[in-house]
Amino acid sequence: MDLSYSDEQTMLRDSAERFVEANCGAENLRKMRNTEEGFSRNYWKQMAELGWLALPFTEEQGGLGGTAVDTMVLMEAFGKGLVLEPYLTTVVMGGAALRAGGSDAQIEELVPALVEGELMFTVAYAEPQARFDLFDVATTARRDGTGWVIDGSKAVVLHGDSADKIIVSARTSGDRRDATGISLFIVDAGAPGLERRPYPTVDGSRAAEIMLGSVRVDADALLGREGEGLPVLERVADEAITALCAEAVGAMKVLLDTTVEYTKTREQFGQPIAKFQVLRHRMADMMMEYEQAKSMALVAALKLDSEDPVERRKAVSGAKVQIGKSGRFVGQQAVQLHGGMGMTDELSVGHYFKRLTMIDILFGNVDHHLKQFSAAA
Amino acid sequence: MDLSFSPEETAFRDEVRAWVADALPADIKAAMERGEKVKKDDLRRWHKILHEKGWIAPAWPKEYGGTGWTATQRYIFANEMALAGAPDLPAFGLKMVGPVIYTYGSEEQKREYLPGILNGDVWWCQGYSEPGSGSDLASLKTKAVSDGDEYVVNGSKIWTTGAHEADWIFCLVRTDDTGKKQEGISFLLIDMKTPGIEVSPIIIINGDHTVNQVFFNDVRVPKRNLIGKENEGWTYAKFLLVNERNGIAQIGAKKHTMARIRKLAASTQLNGHRLADDPGYQRRLAETEVALMALEYSELRFLSGQKTDHAPGTEANMMKVAATQLQQSMSELFIEIAGYYSYPFDGFRDTEGSNEPPVVPEDAGGAMHQFLYGRASTIYGGSNEIQRDVIAKVLLSL
Ligand SMILES: Cc1cc2nc3c(=O)[nH]c(=O)nc-3n(C[C@H](O)[C@H](O)[C@H](O)COP(=O)(O)OP(=O)(O)OC[C@H]3O[C@@H](n4cnc5c(N)ncnc54)[C@H](O)[C@@H]3O)c2cc1C
Repeated sequence: MDLSYSDEQTMLRDSAERFVEANCGAENLRKMRNTEEGFSRNYWKQMAELGWLALPFTEEQGGLGGTAVDTMVLMEAFGKGLVLEPYLTTVVMGGAALRAGGSDAQIEELVPALVEGELMFTVAYAEPQARFDLFDVATTARRDGTGWVIDGSKAVVLHGDSADKIIVSARTSGDRRDATGISLFIVDAGAPGLERRPYPTVDGSRAAEIMLGSVRVDADALLGREGEGLPVLERVADEAITALCAEAVGAMKVLLDTTVEYTKTREQFGQPIAKFQVLRHRMADMMMEYEQAKSMALVAALKLDSEDPVERRKAVSGAKVQIGKSGRFVGQQAVQLHGGMGMTDELSVGHYFKRLTMIDILFGNVDHHLKQFSAAA
Repeated sequence: MDLSFSPEETAFRDEVRAWVADALPADIKAAMERGEKVKKDDLRRWHKILHEKGWIAPAWPKEYGGTGWTATQRYIFANEMALAGAPDLPAFGLKMVGPVIYTYGSEEQKREYLPGILNGDVWWCQGYSEPGSGSDLASLKTKAVSDGDEYVVNGSKIWTTGAHEADWIFCLVRTDDTGKKQEGISFLLIDMKTPGIEVSPIIIINGDHTVNQVFFNDVRVPKRNLIGKENEGWTYAKFLLVNERNGIAQIGAKKHTMARIRKLAASTQLNGHRLADDPGYQRRLAETEVALMALEYSELRFLSGQKTDHAPGTEANMMKVAATQLQQSMSELFIEIAGYYSYPFDGFRDTEGSNEPPVVPEDAGGAMHQFLYGRASTIYGGSNEIQRDVIAKVLLSL
């Protein structure tokens, strides 16, 4: 067994951490969240130049052939700096959808532009009534001539306002909660009949409600086979969860370090508050939560491509459960130990705390993944 | 022993219930149901309705405008108000400085300040915490130096809730730094319009502007604004803190939130199915309700041990810890039920001037907003770590 990084992974980590340290963080977030898109196109271009957008694609597809562990390395660094650029939606989610479901023609057409930083993607998988169930799809697509017509609405689509291509799940047969009969379509954000209602999110990012009113797409918009979209969506979710777990680990590390540092300098009752045993124990617990979370994020990355579906499910859902619990503890205690300062928009602590709170909810919270875990076991 | 209310108490409850159902303005009630922040003008409108009825300050002695109710009646009243969806009025005048003034103030001060607190015309804020003095409040450094019949105040207060909307601030200031730190503190009332005061906003993690930093730069305050004796402010401050924790359990408000959570869990609006049927969620909902019951009956038990006008003692420390923990777990249940719809930044849900319906469905309104603000409850009013220290020291003699 060897769980150490390769030289390439160490290099990737170092360059990502350097980039994040120089450009990102809470101050950047406070600036960017008031802009129309909520992130920097300039950073996005730099990420393309650094080759990060190419990471998970095979060399054949114009990528670097990176593994889930490589993505983990990058996402952990992103988590340390509250990176706002749409890496998760475009590269991880969009990339996963294309790789799992895309035809050769679709990959040839779209991946190079994605890798160059010219096309942004998102996946519109959630619906207002669906909660965390990927299969709960009320949006419909019906055949019309050689193409399709899509009707319905999609909820809380991450970066739905800036994406150029929106991969939409729609029902081509069956009932709303059937596992089969779901198809995926690559829809142009500017397609007539597609309406977006954008808004800022709690963690300083952006999302949109997307309404589809008789949106016409051509036959080649279908991603994967008709009615067999669910396994592709599940793959998208698993890759996203694995990446989010790594991001959360990065965020927890920052909160742990920041809190330890703060309690060493903040004085009350004539001494640094780090001297109070109850706070020392609290920080020891934070550290343990962080370490457990890091281990589980690694397990998810290592088993994401496991042949055994039970092993894969337990690793990915198990990691999401651990991250949810650890992230909640570390985030809440970091705020608590900072006292009033922890409640401010000015300090970074609150921003990491909010991001961790949201990561718990994205792609299903602790409860949801406990159920997935026990159903697999 | 009898757990039920007496016939008189039941009649009183019915009277209060009927009155509030009628008197609470529909728009304010609706805003509360949607989880919106109630604006200052609306709070004042409600304040004046209660004042007119004579019910604005139930805990005050009758001679100063109180109701003369028993502790149980006051409990019933607070409970009924919250259950009806009435907003909480700011505590700074009614529950904090008011009682300090009628207990320790001069006759002149009572005449000058109590009417404005009762009729809602004058708003107060609390100037205790400083950048260097939070948990260790007695170390405070804002200085008041005697100069003829005035004090000259210099220094800064922080986390001052509502300073930007307040007419007056009650401050702890240092008038002596030679002896024990608790012994050189005085309690001073300062008009916010006095030259030399500057209020600078602090935005908190839910995007709200509720707290501020207040700077005092050679602020001249008449000596007649001193409460009680110079250097004895710590006694009044402690009296006030105990009052602050009085009723901190906020059972009625918690039941009101619980009802919103239950309603949402029983609907299929956000989940396609009833979350109330989900065994995992059901269990946590039940656990939280049991905790609420335990809190409610602890409050009643402590209450029944009190004489009519005796303020709660150290049990308030336990209630503060238990109540804030419960409030935080309730708001976690709430955001959990909202699922993805806790993700949009909801602000105040202030949709004024916009025809668009809010993104977040009405029933889930304010869930994340309250969750984020609620993280402060284990920090302010004496952090829960400090409360536990007091419990260990005072109740367990450790
Ligand atoms: C939203 C909000 C509103 C507020 N409104 C007001 C207001 O209107 N007026 C006002 O005067 N103040 C107000 N406060 C201030 C509040 O009372 C202080 O934040 C509180 O007393 C804690 O002080 P601090 O923030 O300086 O934290 P610190 O005292 O620095 O504490 C930091 C951490 O150390 C812990 N700690 C400190 N000492 C010990 C110890 N001896 N043992 C163990 N742990 C310890 C604390 O529990 C906390 O977790 C408000 C605060 C907030 C967040």
